[in-house]
Amino acid sequence: MTSIADDTLEAAKPRGLLHAEGEPATLDAIAVSAWFGSSKVLERCTLTMAARRVTALIGPSGCGKSTFLRVLNRMHEVIPGAAISGRVELDGDDIYGQAMSATQVRTKIGMVFQKPNPFPSMTIGDNVLAGLKLSRTQIPHRHELIEECLTRAGLWNEVKDRLHEGGMSLSGGQQQRLCIARALAVRPQVLLMDEPCSALDPISTRVVEETIAALAHDITIVIVTHNMQQAARVSDQCAFFLVEELRQPGRIVETGETKKMFEEPDDPRTLDYVTGRFG
Amino acid sequence: MTVSKRRASREDRVVDLPALERVGSAPVLAPTEELHLTTRSAHQDLFEGPPSGDRPRRRRKLTPEDHAATILSMLAGGAVALTLRVLLDQNGILGTLLWWYLSALVVFYILVRDRSDTEGALDRIVTVLIWSAGALVAAVLAWMLAFLFVKGIPALTGGFFTHDMSTVGPLTPGGGGEHALIGTLEQVGLATIVVVPVAILTAVYLHEIGGRLARPVRFIVDAMSGLPSIIAGLLVYTVWVDGRSFSGVAGAAALAVLMLPTVTRASEEILRTIPDTLREGALALGAPQWRLIVKVVIPTAMAGLVTATILGIARAVGETAPMLLTAFGSDSVNTNPFSGPQSDLPLFVWKLIRLPNASQLERAWSGALVLVLLVLVLFVAARYVATRSQRKLRTTR
Repeated sequence: MTSIADDTLEAAKPRGLLHAEGEPATLDAIAVSAWFGSSKVLERCTLTMAARRVTALIGPSGCGKSTFLRVLNRMHEVIPGAAISGRVELDGDDIYGQAMSATQVRTKIGMVFQKPNPFPSMTIGDNVLAGLKLSRTQIPHRHELIEECLTRAGLWNEVKDRLHEGGMSLSGGQQQRLCIARALAVRPQVLLMDEPCSALDPISTRVVEETIAALAHDITIVIVTHNMQQAARVSDQCAFFLVEELRQPGRIVETGETKKMFEEPDDPRTLDYVTGRFG
Repeated sequence: MTVSKRRASREDRVVDLPALERVGSAPVLAPTEELHLTTRSAHQDLFEGPPSGDRPRRRRKLTPEDHAATILSMLAGGAVALTLRVLLDQNGILGTLLWWYLSALVVFYILVRDRSDTEGALDRIVTVLIWSAGALVAAVLAWMLAFLFVKGIPALTGGFFTHDMSTVGPLTPGGGGEHALIGTLEQVGLATIVVVPVAILTAVYLHEIGGRLARPVRFIVDAMSGLPSIIAGLLVYTVWVDGRSFSGVAGAAALAVLMLPTVTRASEEILRTIPDTLREGALALGAPQWRLIVKVVIPTAMAGLVTATILGIARAVGETAPMLLTAFGSDSVNTNPFSGPQSDLPLFVWKLIRLPNASQLERAWSGALVLVLLVLVLFVAARYVATRSQRKLRTTR
C-alpha cells in the first residue's frame, strides 16, 4: 500500500529533479507569542501545518498573520526589537534551538514576499540561482536547475529566450513568479508566501495560484491572503487570526479544513469574516 | 421646472438599473451599442478618414500668447530699467539687470492675469522664478567654463603634457605641466586607493550593520567633513613630514583625510536608497549577512558608490593649501611619490598665477583647464563603466 502511494507521489513530481528534494516536512507552531519592542502582537498561536498541504492564514489587517509567517522562518528576528516565545518545530526539530542557525532554517523554509523583489543587479538566470550563490552552495547543473525551477514556477516559456536580461525587465506578475523560482532553487521543505498576489493583476494571480496548486504535491505551503476567494481556492486548511480588542495581541480564533471554515465554522466571528460581514 | 426635469432623469436611471445588473449577458449590449452610435453621430468629424489619420494632440506648455507675454514684459522691463538708470544716474550693470528682471516680472504678472486669473498668473510667476534660478546657476557654471577655456586654450599645446618647468626661465617660451599632471594623478590616485575601501566599509558599518558605535562614528565623520583643509595639511606635516622630506604620498595622506568623510557619507546615502525588500529577499534565501552585502547590496549600489567616489575625488583634486605643507611642489618631473617634493596641478596654478609674465599666466590658466577637464573625464568614464552592466540588465526586447 505504502509503496503504491509513494510511487504515485514520485510520478506527480516534475521530471528531471537533479538532486534529492528535501522531503516536505510538517511545521508545528506551539504557543507562539511575538513582540515588537514591548508591544505584544501575537498571543499563544498554535498551528500544525501538515506536509504536502496548503495552509492559508486569513484575518483582517494588523492581526499578526504576517508576523506569524515571519516567525516560522526566523525572519521576524531581523527586525530590531523583535522577540518571540513558544516553539516552532520542523518535523520535530526546534528551529529556534541550538542545533540550527537562522540561515539554515531559511534554506529549509523559503519565503515569497508581498512585493516582488528580484535582485536588480542580476540576470533572470542568476536570480534563480541567487539563493545557492548567497549560501555558497555548489551548483553542478546550473542550466538544468534554472529550467526546472522556472518551469515549476510557471515562468519558463515566457523567459527561456531572455535569461540574460535583468530581473527587473519582467512584468510584476513575472517578477513574482521569478521570486517563487528563486525560492524553489534552494530546495526548501516549506514555502511561506506573504500575500504573494496582492500586487498582481487577476491573470498573474491565476498563474501564481496554479503554480501553488502544482507545488503543493511536493512542498508544504503556508500562504497569507486577504482574498477570501483565493483562500478558498488554494488552501486545504485555514487558520483565522483576529485582534479581539484594540491594542490586544492577535490570536488564532479557529483552525480547520478550508471547506468547513467557509461553510460551517464553529466560531460566529469566523463566519462573519469569511462571508464578508466585517474585515 | 429644472428640479422636476432632474428628478425625472433620476427616475429614468432607477428604471435602467435592473438592466445594468445583466452586464455580461448578450441583451445588455443593445443599449450600449445605441449609446455608441449616438456618440458617434454627435462627433462625426472625429471618425472621418482612416484611423492612421489621427493626429496626436500634444498639450503645449507654452502657447504663442505666453511667448508674446514674455517678450513684451522683457521689453517693458528693459524700458523701465533704462529709465531708472538715467533718472537715478546709475552706473552699475548689476543694478540695471536686477531692475530689468523685477520690472519684467511685474509686467509679466499683469499680462498673464489679464488673460487668465490671479491663480494662473501666480502659477506662471512661480514657474518663471524657479526657471530663472536654474538658469542663473547654469549660466554661472557656463560662464566659468567659458572663461577657463578662453584663458586656458592658448598655452594648452601638446607640449604642455610633455614638458615640465625645470628649464624654463622667466621669459623663455615652452615648458608645461607634465610634472604637475603626474603629481596630481599619483597623489589623488593613492588617496583614492586608500579611501574607497575604508569609506565603503564604514558606510556599510553605519547603514547595514549599525550598533552602539554607529552614532558616534557618524558624528565624527560629519565633523571631519567640516575640517578646514589646511588643518589636514598641518596634521600630516606635523606627524609625518616634519624632520623628513616632503613627498607626494604625504600629500595623498592629507587628501585622504579630506576625501574620507565625503565618500563615506555619500556612500551611506546611496546604501539608504537600496530597498529593504532586497535585503529581506536575500536573508529569506538563507544568506549570511556578509554574503548579502557582497552579492546584493554592493552590486545594486555600484553606480551610486562610483559617484560617491568621484565626489570625493572632485573634493580632493583641487586642494592647494594642504599640498603646500606636504607635497610642497616642484618644477621638475618626480615620478616617485614616495620620495622628494612633487608638484600637482593646484600647486602649479598657484605658483604661476602670482608671476608677472604673460606666458606664465597663460600656463597657469592651462593648468586650471586641465584640472577641470581631468575631473570631467574621470566622471564620465567612471559613470560609463559603472552603469554599463546595469544598462545591459535593463534592456528589454
